[in-house]
Amino acid sequence: MSVVLNAGEIARALRRISHEILEHNKGSQSILLLGIPTRGAFLSKRIASMIEEIEGHEVPHGTLDVTMYRDDLRLRPPRALMSTEIPISGINEMHVILVDDVLYSGRTIRAALDALSELGRPASVQLAVLVDRGHRELPIRADFVGKNLPTSSSERVHVLLQECDESDEVVIEAQS
Amino acid sequence: MNKHLLSIEDLSKSDAIQILDTAEEIARISDGPVKKLPTLRGRTIVNLFFEDSTRTRISFEAAAKRLSADVINFSAKGSSLSKGESLKDTALTLQAMGADAVVIRHGSSGAPARLADQSWMKGSVINAGDGTHEHPSQAILDSFTLRRHLRDSAGDLSGIKVAIVGDILHSRVARSNVLLLKKLGAEVTLVAPHTLLPFGIDQWPVNISYDFDDVLPHVHAVMMLRVQRERMSELFFPSEREYSRGFGLTKERLDRMPKGAVVMHPGPMNRGLEISAEAADAVNSVIVEQVTNGVTVRMAILYLLLGGMSA
Repeated sequence: MSVVLNAGEIARALRRISHEILEHNKGSQSILLLGIPTRGAFLSKRIASMIEEIEGHEVPHGTLDVTMYRDDLRLRPPRALMSTEIPISGINEMHVILVDDVLYSGRTIRAALDALSELGRPASVQLAVLVDRGHRELPIRADFVGKNLPTSSSERVHVLLQECDESDEVVIEAQS
Repeated sequence: MNKHLLSIEDLSKSDAIQILDTAEEIARISDGPVKKLPTLRGRTIVNLFFEDSTRTRISFEAAAKRLSADVINFSAKGSSLSKGESLKDTALTLQAMGADAVVIRHGSSGAPARLADQSWMKGSVINAGDGTHEHPSQAILDSFTLRRHLRDSAGDLSGIKVAIVGDILHSRVARSNVLLLKKLGAEVTLVAPHTLLPFGIDQWPVNISYDFDDVLPHVHAVMMLRVQRERMSELFFPSEREYSRGFGLTKERLDRMPKGAVVMHPGPMNRGLEISAEAADAVNSVIVEQVTNGVTVRMAILYLLLGGMSA
């Protein structure tokens, strides 16, 4: 197990991503942050509060559970459903920023795009991730990346967050 | 979770809570603009009904369709079953057609368990009511409804006092409910005339009362049961009027219920017999909501049985 990002580095990466989101969207007008549970939801909340700090007003944010849209459901035992909370203003005409902890095969994001299309028609969909570890199986890329982490597919990347793991850390574990 | 849902007895407490929590998330999605989920696309679910049913069959059908599964309805009337085909041959036929799950209602207790036999069916079997044995999905939706009203949609039902009133003898709903409510920590009192309590009732983990008025002031919920005339070949009570006086939820009894207590009925109701029109339509009646919750809970059951890798 080796630590690739410590608490300070995670905070700085998220702060940079917050600024990049604002720069790319020319402010916080009509942006909507949607975190993918579990850890993406916590990250999205953190980014939302950082943007609020920078811009001086709240930005809409919520969570989007993609379990029911996954294409690998039959490959594993049933997964517990997580919560989906979309602000009542909806996603139509919004610049939706999906937030997740690790970008790997891209299949979670594909499921998220399907889930989004059921909810409405956003003006655009962007993707922010804390770690991009490569090995994509679909033509999907992130717009905002905390850290590009070249990995081997036998390794495992764990993102630990205060909200559920009692520390902020990204660690990489070689498969035994 | 097991592969089949045959009886509440097969569920652990954590299985039961997992179904309730899953249903809660599905309810949250269904309240929004999304009515249909792609989760079970390409799966085939057969509704095999040997007994009449409207709400349970429609409820399972709606649940399966909202998860994008293909549904085949198969009722005993007008099929080869009325020509005398055996349950085994029916099962083999469904197996050959590639059914991923069979939802079965049968007049004989134990028929779903027989169908789940390894050599007959590879798919999941879901008991939608078998004889006077069990009706697990009804019990789960009842607990889901109770938890929403009395426990803020989370955790178990510890400390909740429920009275189940009426025809316990013929009621698979009562049997499943007693098992599930006890599993979730609730306290159950059965209220019925002597003649409508099953043999060996003293072995059940419940309180028994013959006086509805005695129990009424202490409950958080009353579950009224339908008087099942179709299963009554003998005389179980002197007259309908007398039954209604002793064990019906009349207007007077409704007024004496504690504040916040809810009225439940699995349907179909005999208005004027076990429940008065006033009670059925009261503000604290959750009977219509039970039907809505039925679809949600059955979606959760189908998702948990069919949504993942098959064992």
